[in-house]
Amino acid sequence: MYNLKWILPPFLAFLAILTYPLWSGPKGAMPELAKPKGEACVESATWMRANHMQLLDHWREEVVRNQSRVYVNQAGQRFEKSLTKTCLSCHNNKQEFCDRCHNYTSVKPYCFECHVDPKLSEVSHVQ
Amino acid sequence: MKLLAPLVAVFALAALALGGAAAGQYYLLGVVIPYVAFALFLFGFSYKIYGWAKTPVPFNIPTTCGQQKALPWIKGNELEAPSSTLGVLGRMALEVLVFRSLFRNTKANLEPGPDLSYESDKSLWLFGLLFHWSFLLIFLRHYRFFLEPVPFFVGFLEKFDGLLQITLPTFYLTDALILLGISALFARRVISPKMRYISLAADYFPLMLIGAIALSGMGMRYLHKVDIALVKTHIQGLITFHPEAHVIGATFYVHLLLVSALAAYFPFSKLMHMGGVFFSPTRNLANDSRVNRHINPWNPQIKIRTYADYEADFKDKMKSAGIPLDAD
Repeated sequence: MYNLKWILPPFLAFLAILTYPLWSGPKGAMPELAKPKGEACVESATWMRANHMQLLDHWREEVVRNQSRVYVNQAGQRFEKSLTKTCLSCHNNKQEFCDRCHNYTSVKPYCFECHVDPKLSEVSHVQ
Repeated sequence: MKLLAPLVAVFALAALALGGAAAGQYYLLGVVIPYVAFALFLFGFSYKIYGWAKTPVPFNIPTTCGQQKALPWIKGNELEAPSSTLGVLGRMALEVLVFRSLFRNTKANLEPGPDLSYESDKSLWLFGLLFHWSFLLIFLRHYRFFLEPVPFFVGFLEKFDGLLQITLPTFYLTDALILLGISALFARRVISPKMRYISLAADYFPLMLIGAIALSGMGMRYLHKVDIALVKTHIQGLITFHPEAHVIGATFYVHLLLVSALAAYFPFSKLMHMGGVFFSPTRNLANDSRVNRHINPWNPQIKIRTYADYEADFKDKMKSAGIPLDAD
C-alpha cells in the first residue's frame, strides 16, 4: 500500500458520509395523524395520500378560472370544491394532519399563505 | 448491437420491476435487492480503492500545461504545473469541481482539400458539468427520505431548485438540466461517426440507466404519483435494519430497482472515475521532478558497493602497491 496518509482519511470520510443515515441516531417512523371527523374522504384514502395536491390544484383552477364549484367523485357523490369548507371541515386539525406529513417529507405547500387555518383563526378571535 | 444491448437491459430491468410489483414481490424489490445492491456498492468501491492504493506509481508523470517552477526570475504556473502539495490540491479541486481539463477539449475536422483543422469544443465540458452537478443536487435532495428530521440543506436546495414555482408539485430545474445533460452526452456518442466507432455498450449503458432513473423519478413525482410518506417510512425501515415490505406504487419499485442496478454496477464500471480521478498520477503528482527524486517502488533492492567498502577490503594490497588511499 502506498500513500495511505493521503488515501485513507478522505476514503474513510467518504464512507462515513455515505453511511451516515445508517449510524446516525434514532429515526422517524410514519407520523401519527389526527383522525378526521367524517366517514370517508372525497376519494379513496390511498389515492388521496398520493394525489391530493393535484386534486387541490385542479380545484383551485376550476373554481378561480371556470367558476365550477361542484366536484363529482368516482362514486358519484357531489362535493363543493373548497379547501376550507370541504377538506378542513373533516380534517380540522392542520398541525396534526397536514403539517405532520409535510414536515416528515420536507414538503412546503403554500395553501395557507392565503387560506386560513380555522384553529388559528379561533385563537385570534379569542385574543 | 452496442446500442441495442444496453437499451434492452434497461427496459428489461424496468419490466422486471413492474412484473415483480404486479406479482406482489414487494419484499424482494423493496428490501432484498436494495440491501444487496448497497452492499455490492460498498464492498466493490472499497475493493477498487484498495487495488489502486496498492498499485505503485513508477514515474513522476504529471501532465503540465504551464511553466514549471524553475529559476527565481521565471514565473511558474502553480495550477498548470504545480510544484507543491497545495498546488496539486488546487489543481485537483478545480478538476473535480469544474472539469478544467474538459474545458480544453478540441475536435478535429477533416474538410475537403483535404484540410485537417482543430477547433475548441466546449460542449462536452458544458453538458458534463450540467449533468454531474444536477445529479449531485438531486442526490442531495433525496436526503429528505433518509434523515429525520430533514437536514437543513434539503430545504435550501428545494427552494432554489424549485425557484420557478411552476406546476404542482413544483418543477425542479435540476430535473430538466439532468435530462438535457444526459441527452447531450448520449447524442455526442451517437451523432459523430468517430465517437460512435469508439463507443462501447459499457459507455451507453450507464447513460441509458441514469436517464431511465431520472425519467422514472420524474414520472413518480409529476405523473404517476406515490405516497411519499410511505416511501420515507419504507426507507427509514431499511436504514434502521427493521425492513418491512410496503405496498407502494409500481413506479417507485421501477425507480428503486434501476437505482439498485446502478449502485451494484457502479464499482465494476467506468463510473468508478468518481474514485479514480483522485488516483490519476497525471493529476495528483507535483511537477517537481527536478527538485525531489521520485523513487520507483518497483525497483529491486540493489546491493551497492561503494568505493569506501572496496578500499577497506583491499587496503593492504593497495598500500603495498603504492596506490594512494582516500582513508589516509
